[in-house]
Amino acid sequence: MLELLRLRKRHGSQAIPDIVKAELMETHRGFPEINESRFSGNLDELTAICPTGAIGTRPLSIDMGKCIFCGECEIQSAGAIRFTNRHKTASTRRDDLVVPSGLAYEEFGAKAIEAAGGIRKILGRSLKLRQVSAGGCNGCEMELNACSNVNFDMGRFGIDFVASPRHADGIVITGPITGNMAPALSDAYKSVSDPKIVVAVGACAISGGVFAESKHLNRTFVGEVQVDLFVPGCPPHPLTFINAILDFLKRR
Amino acid sequence: MKWLETANLRTVRLAEIPNWDLEELAHQTVARVNGGGRLLLFFGEETREGVFVYSLVADDNQSKIFVASSRVTRGMSYKSMTPDIPSAHLFERELFEEFGVEPKGHPWLKPVRYGIPGVNEREDQYEFFSVKGDEAHEVGVGPIHAGVIEPGHFRFSCHGEKIYQLEIKLGFQHRGVQELFIREPFSTIYLEKLAESVAGDTVIGHAGGFARAFESLSGTQVPERAKVIRTIALELERVAIHLGDLSAISGDVAYLTGNSVFGALRTKVINTTMAICGNRFGRGLMKLGGVGFDVTPVLRDKITALVDDLEEDVSLAAEVLFSSSSVLERLEETGVVTKEAARDIGMVGPAARASGVAVDVRSDHPFDGFVLMPVHKLTLPGGDVFARAYIRYIEIQQSFRLIREQLASLSPGGIRSELKGPHPGIFVVSLTEGWRGEIAHAVITDEAGKIRKVKVKDPSFNNWFGLSLAVREEGISDFPLCNKSFNLSYCGFDL
Repeated sequence: MLELLRLRKRHGSQAIPDIVKAELMETHRGFPEINESRFSGNLDELTAICPTGAIGTRPLSIDMGKCIFCGECEIQSAGAIRFTNRHKTASTRRDDLVVPSGLAYEEFGAKAIEAAGGIRKILGRSLKLRQVSAGGCNGCEMELNACSNVNFDMGRFGIDFVASPRHADGIVITGPITGNMAPALSDAYKSVSDPKIVVAVGACAISGGVFAESKHLNRTFVGEVQVDLFVPGCPPHPLTFINAILDFLKRR
Repeated sequence: MKWLETANLRTVRLAEIPNWDLEELAHQTVARVNGGGRLLLFFGEETREGVFVYSLVADDNQSKIFVASSRVTRGMSYKSMTPDIPSAHLFERELFEEFGVEPKGHPWLKPVRYGIPGVNEREDQYEFFSVKGDEAHEVGVGPIHAGVIEPGHFRFSCHGEKIYQLEIKLGFQHRGVQELFIREPFSTIYLEKLAESVAGDTVIGHAGGFARAFESLSGTQVPERAKVIRTIALELERVAIHLGDLSAISGDVAYLTGNSVFGALRTKVINTTMAICGNRFGRGLMKLGGVGFDVTPVLRDKITALVDDLEEDVSLAAEVLFSSSSVLERLEETGVVTKEAARDIGMVGPAARASGVAVDVRSDHPFDGFVLMPVHKLTLPGGDVFARAYIRYIEIQQSFRLIREQLASLSPGGIRSELKGPHPGIFVVSLTEGWRGEIAHAVITDEAGKIRKVKVKDPSFNNWFGLSLAVREEGISDFPLCNKSFNLSYCGFDL
């Protein structure tokens, strides 16, 4: 019993007090800031090294929906592309994930997430989500699980992952959507009652990621339903996911 | 019949690999495994000259690997090895699924990932085992499970609350990883990132294993400093996941203090990995030819402080966990896999060691920092959930020691060598002891030096059947606990 108390005391409180203001360490590769004028090399060579084809030209840009934030282009571009440690990279519009040269983090953040007024009105302050892993490598799944651990404690906002789609207000997709999982994903979506939201988490769910060229995927689902929120990353950090949901629900 | 002898990361010329007819290859494989060998890999490769089947048997005591092959054609059949050596069961099913080479007499020739075109490729064509009789019933779970977990289907044949048999149907995560390894255009960066995503919980294990295979094929000498950093990263990965597993096991027996404490400790480990390379799971660290990030003096102090700090925290938390009678009541004698069963079905990693089977690649077929630093193989006799939980605790302590030793041997120097192209017409197998157990990457180059085949085997491929055996005769309510005690990968299996 005394040992247990000692353990509890050592453990203390591990929760991050302010999820909204929390910042990540310098090494984190988050929002890319691009300064094309500083690039003097060969653009074709630069775009070719990207493992997911996320780099665009005219102007130089990075599609965060494809980007796996490996940072290889930062090295190759001699600093013209720089991954900052800023982590609020989610958006409600797929097109907005394309970050062009000159776009600052603050400017991106100001309009990245359009809060869902209607959903808030119906669902109140709580949000229950059914997560479906459809070919995910367990990276995104581990970070989504971490959202509910003692450090991030997403439950404090009334946001939880639930077991049944019947209890859920929406689904969270991870993975590139394999052919073998496409029917189950579709069934889970249909089982959630309206109104419902769809959140795509990670490069794979948004664009196929490193598996985009696999012939074993079936991504018709993402064309058929409306994805309400895109959360980039490989995998997205828990703070990225939680803040995206809070912004979407206008909870800050 | 003489096998070609090789070893972990030692390349052989394709032309040197003996080629026998398929019956002979199967017969010799059975003989070698029955003579004390361990079936490492048995897989096919389609070439212009037909399908080549490679059989690899390990002699763990002598750090040797024996390889032989057979050229076959689709539709061929041979006498199944599985009745004699059960560890062949999935390899034979996989070969049948991919190349239509039929093992006659296989007891359960079912699909592995996607079925046989025209036979059982649709999910509703899969035939489960069934039970009939009074009070006999079946429970189907998945592919979507209750939590935030990868998909797979579990079919329980039960009598009342008791499980007779568990059939595990996987393949939902199949995304063609092995095909993508040989896609055009060739890009080393793409290969690194793809290897990281074979199983996102084993980034260092798989990316490191593939990198070592590629470096062997190309004769690239990796700087010692990089090898040390890789070894530290691998052990950090092991510590992090083992802590997470202890947290999950605690949660499953409603021991919430353990659930919280181990979870918070895991966070400290993965945040340290992030301090090294910018990603909590070590993405970006493993490069072909070395590592992408150095361990600076500041990081070195940070890792040392982490280990010092954690050592005390972990032992306190584990002592409390493993002395709680209500916890022990759930863990002990639950989900037993006997030593004989574990060895026969070819289990690997901590799950095998918890059943008393002494296999550990770090010791049997050493790589990187383990070549110069012997690792004592830890085993426990029980084979139950307790043993699989407790072995994680003692492995964490062992990893702390290994990390300290590696930090002490961190010599000055570069962290990355210039990468050469792979040599033509050669074969290599790279074995890695990931946190889950033995990871194998067999890589073959063509006559132009291009990679033409990458065969990946995650330890989950060996161990899923162990979970089936563990839950037999157990109450169905103990399944989640047994499952957590294995913590196997779906995507690593499905590829």
